[in-house]
Amino acid sequence: MKNQNKLTFSRRNFLRTSALASGGLLIGFNFLTSCEDAVAPPVDISKLNFKDFNAFIKIAENGYVTIFSPNPEIGQGVKTAMPMIIAEELDVPWDHVSVAQGALDTTNFTRQVAGGSQSIRFGWDALRQTGATAKQMLINAAAIKWNVDASTCSASQGIIKNTNGDTLGYGDVVNEAAHLEVPEDVTLKDTKDYKIIGKNAINVDAEKIITGKPLFGLDYKVEGMLYASVLRPPAFGQVLESYDATDAKSLPGVIDVITIGEKARNYLNKGDFNPSAHWSVRLSKTDKVVVIGKTTWDVIKGKKALKATWKNDSSTESTKTHDDELVKILDGKNLDIRREDGNIKKAFAEADKVIERTYESPFLPHNCMEPMNFFADVTDEKVHLVGPVQTPEAAANVVASLLNRNLEDVHVDMTRMGGGFGRRLYGDFVYEVAEIAAIIKQPIKLISTREDDMSLGVYRPAIKYRIAASIKDKKVTGYHLKEAAVNSNMYGLIPHFFPAGAIKNYKVESGNYQSNITTGAWRAPYTNFLAFAEQSFFDELAEACEKDPVQLRLDLLKNVTDGEDPNIEYSAKRMTDAIKLAVEKSNWGNTKEGVHQGFSAYYSHNTHVAEVVDITLKNGLPMVEKVTVAVDCGIVVNPTGAKNQIEGGVIDGIGHAMYGDFSFENGKPKDVNFNTYRLIRMKETPIVHTYFVENNLSPTGLGEPGLPPAGGALANAIKAATGQILTKQPFVNSLIKHDNGLKV
Amino acid sequence: MASYNLKINGKSVSVTVDEDTPLLWVLRDELNLVGTKFGCGIAQCGACTVHLDGTAVRSCSIPIASLEGANITTIEGLADEKLHPVQEAWKELDVPQCGYCQAGQIMTATSFLSQNPNPNNKDIRNAMNGNLCRCASYNRIEKAVALAAKKMS
Repeated sequence: MKNQNKLTFSRRNFLRTSALASGGLLIGFNFLTSCEDAVAPPVDISKLNFKDFNAFIKIAENGYVTIFSPNPEIGQGVKTAMPMIIAEELDVPWDHVSVAQGALDTTNFTRQVAGGSQSIRFGWDALRQTGATAKQMLINAAAIKWNVDASTCSASQGIIKNTNGDTLGYGDVVNEAAHLEVPEDVTLKDTKDYKIIGKNAINVDAEKIITGKPLFGLDYKVEGMLYASVLRPPAFGQVLESYDATDAKSLPGVIDVITIGEKARNYLNKGDFNPSAHWSVRLSKTDKVVVIGKTTWDVIKGKKALKATWKNDSSTESTKTHDDELVKILDGKNLDIRREDGNIKKAFAEADKVIERTYESPFLPHNCMEPMNFFADVTDEKVHLVGPVQTPEAAANVVASLLNRNLEDVHVDMTRMGGGFGRRLYGDFVYEVAEIAAIIKQPIKLISTREDDMSLGVYRPAIKYRIAASIKDKKVTGYHLKEAAVNSNMYGLIPHFFPAGAIKNYKVESGNYQSNITTGAWRAPYTNFLAFAEQSFFDELAEACEKDPVQLRLDLLKNVTDGEDPNIEYSAKRMTDAIKLAVEKSNWGNTKEGVHQGFSAYYSHNTHVAEVVDITLKNGLPMVEKVTVAVDCGIVVNPTGAKNQIEGGVIDGIGHAMYGDFSFENGKPKDVNFNTYRLIRMKETPIVHTYFVENNLSPTGLGEPGLPPAGGALANAIKAATGQILTKQPFVNSLIKHDNGLKV
Repeated sequence: MASYNLKINGKSVSVTVDEDTPLLWVLRDELNLVGTKFGCGIAQCGACTVHLDGTAVRSCSIPIASLEGANITTIEGLADEKLHPVQEAWKELDVPQCGYCQAGQIMTATSFLSQNPNPNNKDIRNAMNGNLCRCASYNRIEKAVALAAKKMS
């Protein structure tokens, strides 16, 4: 870990201070430029104005601190955890700190960047420096007041002291501090001195959430706002042929029925479209019919009253199409090599035994509880957009281009989001509402129903993995993983995840089938299914090697030297420690009668996680009772929030592995609401016990890494209980009742 | 359009809407009570749960025409001076993640606890099974209902 305590680069690059007219100190900094190594900081501070900052610390004359957090909250807890890091180094009592959402405030907050699993990891150094710098400025101001050297002063819990025994509160020196130079060198705290980091802090919005205060995009309203509901093709591959709005228009609450699509087509024809708009390319061929009304219910009814005919413009695909095409890819020879070590051909030829399995997963919708929605007000002066989107910057860019407006005229304000899971990285609903508002010229909110959301998603793509391994002298000598996926393949360093580096002869290949069904990121993209495939496969390898499944993984990890291969991000040591902790806490191998365990361990999103699932059989079917999770995410900033992420991720992983079933028939999804599409519910949930590996390493993300190992651990527990090897998700479609062999 | 008189959170209100308008949209669009959430529109997810004469119901699927004179409590009306014990338990255990479904969860829990003040875990799981939480905060919801029962006893 670099520079744990002393950081010397210039804070001028990302900090600026100002006195407040009302008294107090305002410190501006930029989450974007301060959090990203690759971004060059602006050189000329005098040319910066506060518009360039998106996060602020306000210290009032009474010493109370307000941290304006720009990061949109999708439920991952960064709105609590990031201010905790600042407050720790600023050294104020946590109950003197309040956290405000930057959005919906002033024009100061127009360029936020969305969080994600990397918020804490990237923010760690910058947030600590910001807090420590602010503290040093207050100390410097006190030193001037006392006419002593600043090095003889210290500060803790909002109080500055000198060696003469004098004390001043932070609030007493804020006005002076506002006029001082930003100090260059600050010392960061030693982790053992932490008073806030590592202690439970309740979600800063908890009280608003549990009392039903307006927080979410769906809750946002302005005077005179209209509502819009969009009718899109029912099947992928179809476009609008004609429509009849007579009945819809006869409804008293329906104000107008219009079509959109032309602006999106023009934008896309420019050819230089933003990559995040990629998937909307597919939908832009068609016109969409929009019902404008006075209330949500008016437009829901209005849309039902529309009559539209659609024609096929490209292929309308079925799940069978995808199954056939993906198998063809796995059987073929046209795959891209993503990593290759040694000689798998030779290893397989010399093996005592070769095992091969194919694992299959369906498309999955995100199903955020808050359906997609967005507000737009397009006037000659400005374009104002408000709502839940994880990529406000991209949304502003696309909308500016779409409407032929200057980027400076486009303002995006973010609301709290009722879940993201990847779906709100894609701003389709923002572009649609912008096009609608430009025509209607009144403030308007686009509302999606659950059916809209589920039938026109940006789904997790269907994927198949085929894994083959060679075994000689009870050791794994070769490993060959093939990926066949719809639209796109595993990205970044995923081909170098475990067991890369642990098996001498190793090959990862991938290929894809291009579909007109829109796909995108879904909580822990690719690894959400890849981990299931590999971790299930390892249990079979363990059996073939006549080893305990945990021991097989520990033995493989012994073949890896940390830091040797620049592409290998996971640490054998950290993974081993996590595995050992999970083994200890779960009583691996020593359960009571009737309890069956399955193991899985996976590294993703810079965090190492090991899980043990305990199941029992009830009427011959598995009941998931308990999951023991060991996590190495470095320093745990907020334990209650961290556990929340793990508990949610594990249950989400189990739920989708078990029940997530989504298929297409002639371009149309079969299920469009929760009456037939099954999500995990409370009765099916295990109790999750989370343990953290204790160390002083920089914190890493938790929103995603709990999910990938869950499905594999469950499959391995079911195999341990019944002998059934599950290779296809969702399990519920292929589970065999243990006692009588009947399919459920 | 017709006028309907209801009691919402102890106050008498009159609304003029289409007779088939679900209570959910009357609350959200007409009365500005946006704490009650829209999730599925077909009574499957529980995000829209409110109390009708103290009993948890799905406001997305009850037309206003059937509610003349009804007594409705929403999440906004649950706390008086201080938080309801269920809300307190929710806060104490840091239940919400994204938070969107939690108003509905709390309304289901409060109604359930008024009928079964001493539930065991199985009772809690049965009672809360109709409310989806996509963040899967189920473990904490389960614990919070148990804690609330303790607080209320």
